[in-house]
Amino acid sequence: MKIKNLSVSFIIIMAAWLLLNWSFQVEIVLIGLILSLLLSLLFCSKCQLFSELKLTPKAFAYTLIYIFVFLIELVKANIDVTKRILSPNLPINPGVVKVETTLNSKMARLILANSITLTPGTFTIEIHDNALYIHWIDVKNSDVTEATEILARKFETYLKEIYD
Amino acid sequence: MEIIQYLGGALLIMGSLSLLIASIGLIRMPDVYNRVQTGTKASTLGAILSFLGVGLLSIENWSETNWIGRVIILIIFIIITNPVSSHILMRAAYVMKIPFTIDTKVDKLKEDIENKVLEEPKDE
Repeated sequence: MKIKNLSVSFIIIMAAWLLLNWSFQVEIVLIGLILSLLLSLLFCSKCQLFSELKLTPKAFAYTLIYIFVFLIELVKANIDVTKRILSPNLPINPGVVKVETTLNSKMARLILANSITLTPGTFTIEIHDNALYIHWIDVKNSDVTEATEILARKFETYLKEIYD
Repeated sequence: MEIIQYLGGALLIMGSLSLLIASIGLIRMPDVYNRVQTGTKASTLGAILSFLGVGLLSIENWSETNWIGRVIILIIFIIITNPVSSHILMRAAYVMKIPFTIDTKVDKLKEDIENKVLEEPKDE
């Protein structure tokens, strides 16, 4: 859908412009409106990046919840890895596990893989179709379904609501 | 606006502590894969907290221009670009067959390559 791609890229460029300038004077907002309309028309009239995004209030609410959940997981995992680094006998138990995701959209898989990489202790090495190969600093369970339950489920439930 | 200054300083100290712990981890970890793990830890929470601290410290008066917007953009770009670059590092190490440490328990990727579920990742 063309209108959707255009409007999403327009909103992103406009938000970046307003954040960079950090002022709401009339001339700055006007220049931003013209520039972001031009840029999104020029560069995003054919792009497919946002075509799988749902534009409903529910999806928007889930996006906010997802960011919140992700930040909590980030802090929790950081504390965990800090403990491992600072303890004298270095209690690591590394390994590569396989996780099977149920997400179909490419963009959702990208966000899932990036979220797993950003939380310390887990790291996406390779993606093949719906299988993610994850290097885990403390392998609790190497079984595919169990590992999926621990690593991917907490992100998946929210991403499913945001992307088709 | 005293309290915001103190908050900014505290965030800055927490960010630098996070970076310090990550660099200790870089020395202590046994193989390249675990080192990359602690590397991403440094550039996520450490950088995010440091940037937030700098942004809060730049607020002296709400009516003046400050750096909060720019700091938010920096954080978003770090969140987008950091996992991609570290994933490429990790994958390159795997493709070059750099060995895992002896403690490594399982390697499902190798098992699947041997069982012909997927082909071996190559240099592209």
